[in-house]
Amino acid sequence: MQTSHAMAEVPGPAPQALDYLNADYGIRSWLFTIDHKRIAILYLLMITIMFVVGGVFAAAVRLELLTPQGDAFEADTYNKLFTMHGIVMIFFFLIPSIPAVLGNFCLPLMIGARDLAFPRINLLSWYVYMVGAVFGTFAIVAGGVDTGWTFYTPYSTTASQTNVIPAVLAGFIVGFSTILTGLNFIVTVHKMRAPGMTWFRMPLFVWAIYATSLIQMLATPVLAITLLLLVLERGLHIGIFDPALGGDPVLFQHMFWFYSHPAVYIMILPSMGVVSEIVTCFSRKQIFGYTFVAFSSLGIAVIGFLVWGHHLFVSGQSAYAGMLFSLLSFLVAIPSAIKVFNWTATLYKGKISWDTPMLYVFGFIGLFTIGGLTGLFLAALGLDVHLTDTYFVVAHFHYIMVGGAIMGYLGGLHYWWPKITGRLYPEFWAKIAAVNIFIGFNLTFFPQFLLGYLGMPRRYHAYPEEFQVLNVLSTGGAPVLGVGYLLPMVYLIWSMRYGPRASANPWRATGLEWTTPSPPTTHNFEEVPVVTQDAYDYPAMEKKVA
Amino acid sequence: MPDHASGHALSPHRQLQFESYEQQQEAATFGMWAFLITEVLFFGGLFAAYTIYRLKYPAAFQKGSLTLDLYLGGFNTAVLIGSSLTMALAVHAAQTSRQKALVIFLAATLLLGSVFLGVKVIEYGDKFHHHHVPGPDFRWRASDRGPAQLYFSLYFAMTGMHALHMVVGVVVLAVLIVMALRRRFGADYFTPIENFGLYWHFVDIVWIFLFPLLYLIGRHG
Ligand code: HEM
Ligand SMILES: [Cu+2]
Repeated sequence: MQTSHAMAEVPGPAPQALDYLNADYGIRSWLFTIDHKRIAILYLLMITIMFVVGGVFAAAVRLELLTPQGDAFEADTYNKLFTMHGIVMIFFFLIPSIPAVLGNFCLPLMIGARDLAFPRINLLSWYVYMVGAVFGTFAIVAGGVDTGWTFYTPYSTTASQTNVIPAVLAGFIVGFSTILTGLNFIVTVHKMRAPGMTWFRMPLFVWAIYATSLIQMLATPVLAITLLLLVLERGLHIGIFDPALGGDPVLFQHMFWFYSHPAVYIMILPSMGVVSEIVTCFSRKQIFGYTFVAFSSLGIAVIGFLVWGHHLFVSGQSAYAGMLFSLLSFLVAIPSAIKVFNWTATLYKGKISWDTPMLYVFGFIGLFTIGGLTGLFLAALGLDVHLTDTYFVVAHFHYIMVGGAIMGYLGGLHYWWPKITGRLYPEFWAKIAAVNIFIGFNLTFFPQFLLGYLGMPRRYHAYPEEFQVLNVLSTGGAPVLGVGYLLPMVYLIWSMRYGPRASANPWRATGLEWTTPSPPTTHNFEEVPVVTQDAYDYPAMEKKVA
Repeated sequence: MPDHASGHALSPHRQLQFESYEQQQEAATFGMWAFLITEVLFFGGLFAAYTIYRLKYPAAFQKGSLTLDLYLGGFNTAVLIGSSLTMALAVHAAQTSRQKALVIFLAATLLLGSVFLGVKVIEYGDKFHHHHVPGPDFRWRASDRGPAQLYFSLYFAMTGMHALHMVVGVVVLAVLIVMALRRRFGADYFTPIENFGLYWHFVDIVWIFLFPLLYLIGRHG
């Protein structure tokens, strides 16, 4: 790709060159923008707020678990805390995080387009998200919800006395924002690629976002109808999920996980895409096995739809269904493993540098591998009977969603930060934060594997004395992790004003986004680029420099 | 805002992010198909629930089905198929720049859609009258009250979702008619009509499945 342009620092236009940030001022220019880059910033703002809110709930949960007695909160309050933690983190932070922020910002730039196919729908998706956020906030302020983020029936439809309907509607509404984003990305990738940008020249981040969008488009509507039925059931007692009236609560679990297992890949696939970008750039090597990495994204998207039953091993589905779902769950690990092997092979004999994005990538690879392998423990039918609904499951998915997905998100945020803001962040502090997060994360979540294996169940506010040591370790890790997350918030905001100005391509990366100025202009490219090379031609770039 | 796309011929309907008007049209149509796929999944959840409960309670579903008015349902089916025809003719009229025909066919589609919704209102009213609306007021003399209520829940959920899509369609039709009266469409610009046609046909097809599954299951053998 036109890397040569990026390197040659053109004398440059007058210092006050217009970019997407200073092209227009005032709150209206942001709230009515249809520029994908500005919409990405709007999302960044919201999901950061949500991350803090979800983090506060998490802190409260860990505080309660410091001691065996339920002393900090009542059991009911505790139930609300972990529920709201889950809802906020999953629906309002993690699902939109990479796609709506980094995807929104980078996707058109990476394929050489001036914007997404439907800029107005893009803005609409943000407003839909905001409406969902209003419902979610209402549910919280009005006293909270206590069903768990999974909203299992019949508890959610008959027993719970909390604000189930507003919370469910929040998930329902924010789902539509996801659908709109996914749809927009799919059409953009199909129809907006620059001349010469063939499918197999696309950066792997684009492949990952494309696969994610497929899942968003195909799975989220099922969640929507499921949640709608739930609202009807709770509001009118029509019996769909109520065994007393002939309905079947397990049907809810099937429908919910038909969405929510694919949704876990909505959360991890984009991170995998980020890792592919960073790992090649900071090893100065072509990615190992491009097609394998690209197709493994699609493989995950497809097989991910066939494994939902592994959440129902003890819910009374038939033994044969259980065996089938167990087998399929083992299969879904294969494409993930393919990625890990290819990243590792990319590192092999690479010229590795240890910049912050790369630190996050190393964190990702290690922690995701642990999360994935423990997923296989859980996919084994017999073992799952012992481990299900224990802290082992909690540790498993936090290793993937926090250790994996959020590491990828932060890695990507640092990697593209110079492009997004036109400023460099302070590398020293960034490295401290990355290491801090890695240590804090493991301290918080590794003990939970042991706790779960020893039999501590999840979702209780009190526990037997013998579990205290490990719980104290876990609660002790949480503030370390918290400081780790706080640091980037501080120095990234600081860098927007005081950071040194970034050149167009500070990492000497390939990829069309680096051929635009930092920050890019409103319409991205003066001339639509013509692509003549495969992605990640780092060897050629190294030669040029030498 | 400066036009960075200068150098490329700007056709009047082209938006900035596209290189050509053809690209824009293709993207819009592709987007509509993608949207319809999400709709299939959305209704798919309901069809799955229907399948499971009908297999579990075949007798109650048949009894429930027998309470529906076959004539109203059949009439509505004919009305909708007719509206699909007028919609197809509207698309053709737009493609061939026949302005008057376009307005007439769009109006006919709107009329037929409204007739369908009117009949639906009568049918729903009838359900209220007989206390066949699920909820606290539901009455059912036979012993299988729960399963029968499930049937009616699905009946309302499925036809209700379908009717909601019809209402949206009718509103969009009204907008399209106003635009057509202002001669916004023609052989060089008919994507909105074409894509709305796709939507309308999709909603019709959903009904083609709903009608036998809800109205006809009690009436064979
Ligand atoms: C390597 C592939 C994976 C396998 C084989 C796997 C397997 C499993 C199994 C069997 C369970 C059910 C455990 C139980 O409830 O007893 C589970 C739970 C869970 N997994 Fe995974 N998993 C995989 C990847 C992922 C990924 C990529 C994510 C998220 C990004 C994820 C997130 C979750 C969550 C959130 C739960 C718990 C949901 C709840 O009950 O609240 N998993 N996993
Ligand atoms: Cu799963």
